[in-house]
Amino acid sequence: MGLFILRRVGVMILTALCLTFVVFFLTNLPPNLEKLAKTQGEMRMTDAEVERWLANRGYSQPLVVKYGQWLGVLPGYVIDGTDGQLRGKCIPLGGTGEGAPTFCGVLQGDWGRSQVFKQPVLDVVSTRLSLTGILMFWVMAVMVPTALIVGILAGMREGSRLDRSLSSFSILTTATPEYVSGVVFISVFSSTTMGLKWFNGSAASAMDGATFNNFTLPVLTIALYGMGYIARMTRASMAEVMTAQYIRTARLKGVSFRNIVVKHALRNALIAPFTVIMLQFPWLLNGVVIVETLFNYKGFGWTLVQAAGNNDIELLLGVSVVSVFVVLITQLISDIGYVYLNPRISVK
Amino acid sequence: MEALTWGGIFARILTQLLPVWIALIATFALSITYKRRLGLYGKLFDSPIGMIGFGIVMFWVFTGLFGGLFDLITTHDVLEQSARMKNKLPGTAFVASNGKMPEGAYPYYLLGGDNLGRDVWSRMIVGAWEVIKIAPFATLFAFMVGITLGLPAGYHGSRLDTGLSFVANLILAFPVILLFYLLVTPEIVATGIPRYMAGVLFLFPIIFLVVLINSRFHTQPPKRNLYAAIALAIGGWLYLGIAWDADPFGIIAFPPNLLVVFVSVVFVNSPTVFRIVRGLTMDIKTRDYVAAAQTRGEGTWYIMLWEILPNARGPLIVDFCLRIGYTTILLGTLGFFGLGLSPESPDWGSTINDGRRLLQVYLHPALAPALSLLSLVLGLNLLADGLREESLKD
Repeated sequence: MGLFILRRVGVMILTALCLTFVVFFLTNLPPNLEKLAKTQGEMRMTDAEVERWLANRGYSQPLVVKYGQWLGVLPGYVIDGTDGQLRGKCIPLGGTGEGAPTFCGVLQGDWGRSQVFKQPVLDVVSTRLSLTGILMFWVMAVMVPTALIVGILAGMREGSRLDRSLSSFSILTTATPEYVSGVVFISVFSSTTMGLKWFNGSAASAMDGATFNNFTLPVLTIALYGMGYIARMTRASMAEVMTAQYIRTARLKGVSFRNIVVKHALRNALIAPFTVIMLQFPWLLNGVVIVETLFNYKGFGWTLVQAAGNNDIELLLGVSVVSVFVVLITQLISDIGYVYLNPRISVK
Repeated sequence: MEALTWGGIFARILTQLLPVWIALIATFALSITYKRRLGLYGKLFDSPIGMIGFGIVMFWVFTGLFGGLFDLITTHDVLEQSARMKNKLPGTAFVASNGKMPEGAYPYYLLGGDNLGRDVWSRMIVGAWEVIKIAPFATLFAFMVGITLGLPAGYHGSRLDTGLSFVANLILAFPVILLFYLLVTPEIVATGIPRYMAGVLFLFPIIFLVVLINSRFHTQPPKRNLYAAIALAIGGWLYLGIAWDADPFGIIAFPPNLLVVFVSVVFVNSPTVFRIVRGLTMDIKTRDYVAAAQTRGEGTWYIMLWEILPNARGPLIVDFCLRIGYTTILLGTLGFFGLGLSPESPDWGSTINDGRRLLQVYLHPALAPALSLLSLVLGLNLLADGLREESLKD
């Protein structure tokens, strides 16, 4: 087991390195750097000025060197600029370079500075991530139990009317992307035209304090899309378990249907959905981006849109590192959990 | 002129859709009559769920074709703005910007006007065409890529499998929206990276076809050469035209921003297809008929493409339907974030994004495309469910 986890962690780190390098490569392409120089410096810079501006700030170094510096395995650049100012990756703005560390990258905990928010990336990411964490918590709290109940109820009597209606419901939710359900929810529950106005159509106030009023619609919007998939997996798994030999034996012994479901079928039926729930995280991340944009909730997904839209390189890298790690860690947990839950599988 | 009542709107929509009804009835009548001779497609008409799904999907296919291609169902030009029709409710009588009702124009905005005074109904119809012309082909390309790589990975295993699976997992670990934001920006398009990606990805269908033909007919060289030459000529022509915009005859032109959208959607979808095909191959290669083919001394590509692939078709067809739905959702996401497609574009995602700003007051501009997208994806899901049920029966 230890070796298995070790190998998975190794693959995970390799994946994270590859992915951040891809992001690094794409954000550091010449047109992107030129745009950066023009938005940071001046709109009407000539090509030669752009080049100088970039060279002074260390952007003209080879890609691999820049990546190494960002990662913190190569010493940060120190450039005596053509405009007479000394700049270094590890030197604070306007500093002299005295006593500055040689290495400052992600590994040393220095994630750079966000150009859009004018704050250290680590601060931006952590505050935004905690806001999204609250959202995710409520999404999970709504989605997982509902999905499991719907799936189990549908799967315990396959082909019944209850199964048909619950299955149609889950198909409907998987066919409704967040930007559709969000729009429908806002127009039904919060617009002046329909006159219901039960909930708040914007979640901007939820950043200070989430209430039932301003948080219901965003949570419901994300939860619904993911729910259908988990419910269908649970249903399939439950339906399979219900045809197993030991269920028939229990039935012939005269165990009540309720006890069969609760005591015999449930635990075995929940192994497959567990993996699916864990693998839903990357999907939820997508939903979070859409919903936070739609409901104006300034969390992690909203930050991603801001960073990508403004080519805020360091922030974009920070955001992708975090999201890639969220995806990879949930995959790892789902693998390990699967082994623990399912006694039939053993890892050499 | 008076505004229409809801009943009037409904009646006019039904008449406007007349070509679609005729086409739908013809399709269903023909299919049901000959359903015993049509294989899996015919069996679809035994399952009510499958029939409903197929009906919804074909409704949008015909609507897209007639509306987008032949201009039959639309009532106004999708870009034509009228200052007097801004945010007007469904059924409002049409008045041009100069306050007059132009000669020969359709007298109503059936589903109202959007924030620029464009006709919501016509935009919704043409939006269907935007989806119909991209989603199935993007999915097909993703399948070709996934199958061409997934079959050898599953069949041979070992290093090839490890490497390809690692790359597939790499792409899958990327949040889709981040990938879109990185790929579909004007700056990246300027570097030509999407074009190179298209150059690589669009080679796979040609490779797939040529290998398919070669493995089948390599014992009959004249036949093989003829078929392979035809496939190469047509494939190469399309390839040059679509991927490199260098069609020697100048017939095929592919708008560059559409190419970027197409490529990124194919890129996002192919790793999942790869994993499915790989899994199916690993399962099927242990069967007896594969062992029999190996004993006969058949080539590996023949076994993969003519023994394993046809036997994996059930799950693949089902996944194909689901994946078109997923691609539709992805296209909507791209439009929703204003990526790739032009801002005036009538596709559903962009229209939803335009309409959501005034959603608290005016519902119709966002609700019409939202419900259309919902119904199309729902139809595809139901169709996939029906196909799954029917294919499991034998």
